[in-house]
Amino acid sequence: MSEEISLMKGNEAIAHAAIRYGVDGYFGYPITPQSEIIETLMEMAPWKTTGMVVLQAESEVAAINMVYGGAACGKYAMTSSSSPGISLKQEGVSYMAGAELPCLIVNVQRGGPGLGTIQPSQADYFQTVKGGGHGDYRLITLAPNSVQEMADFVALGFDLAFKYRNPAMILTDGVIGQMMERVKLPGFRRRRTDQEIREQCPWATLGKTPDREPNIITSLELDSALMEKNNERFQAKYRVVEENEVLYEEVKCDDADYLLVAFGSAARICLKAIEMAREEGIKAGLLRPITLWPFPGKILHGYAGKVKGMLTVELNAGQMVEDVRLAANGKVPVEHYGRLGGIVPTPDGVLDALKEKVVK
Amino acid sequence: MLQEIVISGFGGQGVLSMGKILAYSGIMEDKEVSWFPAYGPEQRGGTANVTVIISDESISSPVVNKYDIAIVLNQPSLEKFEDKVKPGGALIYDGYGIHKKVERDDINVFRINAMDESMKMNNTKVFNMIVLGGLLKISPMVDVENVMKGLKKSLPERHHKLLPMNEEAILRGMEIIQLEQKAV
Repeated sequence: MSEEISLMKGNEAIAHAAIRYGVDGYFGYPITPQSEIIETLMEMAPWKTTGMVVLQAESEVAAINMVYGGAACGKYAMTSSSSPGISLKQEGVSYMAGAELPCLIVNVQRGGPGLGTIQPSQADYFQTVKGGGHGDYRLITLAPNSVQEMADFVALGFDLAFKYRNPAMILTDGVIGQMMERVKLPGFRRRRTDQEIREQCPWATLGKTPDREPNIITSLELDSALMEKNNERFQAKYRVVEENEVLYEEVKCDDADYLLVAFGSAARICLKAIEMAREEGIKAGLLRPITLWPFPGKILHGYAGKVKGMLTVELNAGQMVEDVRLAANGKVPVEHYGRLGGIVPTPDGVLDALKEKVVK
Repeated sequence: MLQEIVISGFGGQGVLSMGKILAYSGIMEDKEVSWFPAYGPEQRGGTANVTVIISDESISSPVVNKYDIAIVLNQPSLEKFEDKVKPGGALIYDGYGIHKKVERDDINVFRINAMDESMKMNNTKVFNMIVLGGLLKISPMVDVENVMKGLKKSLPERHHKLLPMNEEAILRGMEIIQLEQKAV
């Protein structure tokens, strides 16, 4: 496994990481601020090297359904888009959750609602972790805060998706997608052979063999008693994910009087804000959820008994703050600071909000 | 060492690529770098800008409030970023596109006539490299040698014949940048 250091955008890192992971197919439709993903894939032309399919579909809806088809065959299939395009994909996401199909979806968020703006936003938090599509399902959600994590989370997302037979999403935004940083790309893995897929994914529809019944991939079950059983199985799976897959980062939390809670790009801005706060004698720390679902509620609950106040910082009007309040359960005040519609908060804006709303 | 820089000008002036070359040079010196563009409608005409941070340590926020150095290459950029230079920091401007004076007296102001110079060199495309040379003269955050290495690595081979011209432009920029106002 050789490693190379390069300078690239978060979007480009995702494309490189996908080829290197041995992804079988990418299906997408261009939209700012994530078009570099498909552009980089087209430029790299992996179909000539690894055999990976890269296809610009006729629409976002077509792309997610191509992912469904690939995933049903046990293939590593992925798509990417930005907020309005992700809204279009929601039916497919719900169907994949219902059919228990693993895949990776990347949402490089922009300001909404509607077509909104092309600038960074985190306003799709609710859509991602509370539903988006219909039905009682959950989406494994990873929130990278650097170009390095954009590269790393392709592998993590697929690994978790296949471990639990569930769609996974990288929820990021225009800041992380468009910025360039140094990144250490993972080494190349070859794509799995059909034989390996048969062994690792016995549920995959790669053609029936004489030794077993046909595999059927569907989210449809007309018998509601059986559908309830399916739902109970999904819920049991979700509890296992919640028990075992929570990821978070703590920065200067040990002695913190005040806790900032932020994910992705907002967490980077908060890193600077806590440095500035400490220069002024305010002991601030940062708790960064890396998985948004499963959410690090238990660890936040622990901090609720220790700190004097919490502030969530989000590029939205207050979405994750609801989950933080749920975790704190009234033990400590939880306030929110956000900028809307594509405006990115600055570190001094965060520090001012911390002083006004929490430290007082 | 931590340098927070903004480069701002008209789309097409080479603002983003100048930032990229600077960031690439930082990588060549094993430094931490971040490059964050205003990627909005600016790149389709109007004012484009990019924040470049070069540091010996890991970089917290790619978005900052104040800059050590602002390079402003047109009038709207001066108006937008003059207030955002840290006291004692530097503002570099090209006289070609700017007609209003800098008002602050607590920052160092440098003038570089890069557009005039590029026309003298008969190649306006090296304009941004002249500006880059000026920047490296007043704040030698990366070696010119590493800038050239970075350029060589980031340019496709068919463009390598242009490397000497770019190096000449950087060196010319180092010669012609002038201190116009010292911070009080």
